[in-house]
Amino acid sequence: MSMASVTSLVPRGAPPGAVRSASDLAAPEQAVGQRVLPVREELASLLPHGGLRRGSTVVVRGSTSLLFTLLATATERGSWAAVVGMPGLGLLAAADLGIAVRRLAVVPEPGAELASVVAALLDGVDMVAVSGAEPALAGPSGAGLARRLSARARHRGAVLIPFESFGARPFGDWPNADLELSRTGTRWSGLGGELGESGEGPNTGHGHLAGFELAVSVRGRGAAVRPRHGVLVLPGGPGQPGEPGEPRPEPDEEREPDRGVRVG
Amino acid sequence: MAGKTGIRPTVATVDDALRVIAVWCPAWPVMAAGMAAGLTSDMPAAVVAANRVIACSATAWADGVRRGMRRREAQQRCPELTVLADDPGRDARMFEPVVAAVEELAPGVEVVRPGLVAVPAQGPARYFGGDQAVAERVIDQVADRAGVECQVGVADGLFAATLAAHRGVVVPPGGSPDFLAPLSIAEIDQPAERDGEPGRADLVDLLHRLGVRTLGAFTAIPERDVASRFGADAVIAHRLARGLSSGQLARRQPPPDLVVSQVFDPPAERVDTAAFAARIAAESLHSRLSAHGLACVRLAIRAETERGEMLDRVWRCAEPLTLAGIVDRVRWQLDGWLRSGAGADRTAGHTAGRTADHTAGRARERLTTLWLSPEEVITGPALQLGLWFGEDGASAATERAGRALLRVQGLLGPDGVVTGVLGGGRGVTDRVRWVPWGDELVPALDPDAPWPGRLPAPFPATVPRKPLPARVFDDAGGEVGVSGRHRLTAVPRRVSVDGGPSRRVHAWSGPWTAVERWWVETDEHRLAWLQVVLSGRLSGRHGGNDSTDTAEGADDTEAFLLRRERGQWLVEGVYD
Repeated sequence: MSMASVTSLVPRGAPPGAVRSASDLAAPEQAVGQRVLPVREELASLLPHGGLRRGSTVVVRGSTSLLFTLLATATERGSWAAVVGMPGLGLLAAADLGIAVRRLAVVPEPGAELASVVAALLDGVDMVAVSGAEPALAGPSGAGLARRLSARARHRGAVLIPFESFGARPFGDWPNADLELSRTGTRWSGLGGELGESGEGPNTGHGHLAGFELAVSVRGRGAAVRPRHGVLVLPGGPGQPGEPGEPRPEPDEEREPDRGVRVG
Repeated sequence: MAGKTGIRPTVATVDDALRVIAVWCPAWPVMAAGMAAGLTSDMPAAVVAANRVIACSATAWADGVRRGMRRREAQQRCPELTVLADDPGRDARMFEPVVAAVEELAPGVEVVRPGLVAVPAQGPARYFGGDQAVAERVIDQVADRAGVECQVGVADGLFAATLAAHRGVVVPPGGSPDFLAPLSIAEIDQPAERDGEPGRADLVDLLHRLGVRTLGAFTAIPERDVASRFGADAVIAHRLARGLSSGQLARRQPPPDLVVSQVFDPPAERVDTAAFAARIAAESLHSRLSAHGLACVRLAIRAETERGEMLDRVWRCAEPLTLAGIVDRVRWQLDGWLRSGAGADRTAGHTAGRTADHTAGRARERLTTLWLSPEEVITGPALQLGLWFGEDGASAATERAGRALLRVQGLLGPDGVVTGVLGGGRGVTDRVRWVPWGDELVPALDPDAPWPGRLPAPFPATVPRKPLPARVFDDAGGEVGVSGRHRLTAVPRRVSVDGGPSRRVHAWSGPWTAVERWWVETDEHRLAWLQVVLSGRLSGRHGGNDSTDTAEGADDTEAFLLRRERGQWLVEGVYD
């Protein structure tokens, strides 16, 4: 076999999971032209293409932090993200989880214009997160709209991310969703007085929330039809750490002190 | 008088200094402040800024109060002195009648600073029959209309005219150098003629020490030597001392009419026809602006519908609008108005001070007239583009995203798309400021200042715009509060969020307290924060009966940031 035929087997663009050079990773505009938008390493190992494939629809359920984590790396590398229908977006958390906030646009209340707003955003913004609780998406006409938006995302090479935000009405299945990420559980660390299994504990109320672990499950179509599970230790982004009002508590001994991931 | 534009020759003759009438109100800050405070002119008064007297009335002067004196010293010399605060805005406001009075007699008034106006003398002098006659008319007119005493000086050049006004003399044409020569060198340090010019106290001091005591002695030094030894500002001073003008009188001009209107005939119903006509209007606006050397940073787009309804929206942009920018905005705005669905309630605005938006709930409209009016324009020097077009560069992605976001603004209004800026502050909401897309990203509070007691990371991912009420209970079911000693009144065991069922507290921490604005008695603000992890989820929320969440067992938890303010717990954030 000749050398030329070997190289032709390697797909153009970034092959999922392939080794990338350090200079590649450092290039700020790297994410823009790619077919797969980069995500954090822990998430990359859960996603079928090692990132957010352009043109796909990825549903996020149960955690806004999970949504932020999903957007973070790509915005840092020059991609733009927009969040539609979430007036209570916690920007500090977004920054803390690694989102480049100057490339994050928020449309808090699209109202009746949801369809045209999201369509316009899909034309120019790489990642468009839409609250699934928007009234325009409810009912049978909403399902049609959802299908149209997914099609537009596919056509424009953007990623559509319907998400479920806190306190909002949960939405049913998104038609044509390629992937669905959902939070299956959370563990909190840093707070004092954690109660034991029996419901009894010291309960002294010391410390403060220092981090949390999200159990995430990913399921989808095609290659991702078998659900994968992982644990995301947050915050892990390079966001600026807040100045603690009091010293941060020491990490628990039995838990690994650093951020990491356990894929199960 | 007109036509003195362009670059002036460096070697100028006396003739090219414009003959100027200067109208000067002595000690204007004091007069203005006195008038505002209702003092009579014979009461000793002084205006004090930064503990120094900057102006004093004639009676105070007679008692020995001088400019630059400390307040205490001035009061010592003149115990009955009324001390007034400095307020440039008030000075300018009170001066307006004087300007109007002078303007009635002579057009082309320039306000040099509150207290001093300059008018080109040529026209009025010919009209009223001589400089002296004009001077008398002006004094009478100002006293009559504005009730203010003033002094008038006429000379070649603004500088000489100002000094002539201080002395109340009319210098004959060509006599400025002779008039100036015997005056003290200190006269070149006039209060800044135009804002931003520094004083020349240092130069005066230096020349004085060098033995140059009069303006005449200063003019005896060749200009070339002045330039090489004392710098550019000294050259201007030198020109002034020779009776030349430092530059041209910037005459008060009626603001140019920049509004462009476009009539749709027949009324426009479709976006593309309207946009085509709008393009012509945008081009005409743009060429009009560039003819004046201006660029627009706030554009008001107005339209009238067939039914006589006025639609109005103001677009703000951090960068000056290019032709393409104007065309795009007009097109999107028209698109938004023409396509607006009937009965659609557009509650796009969430930030305070949003612009008027009358598009809510209208049926399909046809537009008859369109106006483009630049609400805020800037001149060339005010415009500074980054060498590399800012951090993001004009990268393709940024440009594409920018166009998409502008498009959305066309649908929802400028406040419909926001970007956030992180700033200083303690709480979660204080530290974030939402700015309409396109506006300058300036944090509300200084991010670099120390904010003791600010909340540590991680931060809640959801910060309800309208905080949800919460109730915290202890073992016995009593409500838990925060005592005056910044302690919880009991151990929190159960919490109910937004009227929901009470849930067991898994872990908690706090309270962290802060007292904000304690230095303002009426606005003191005591805050306490509490972090709680609650078992179960607030799911199937708000009546939804979807079963997606119930599958997650009872061992699931949620963490909240609670804030106590005015005796009530609120959910400030959710760590979700």
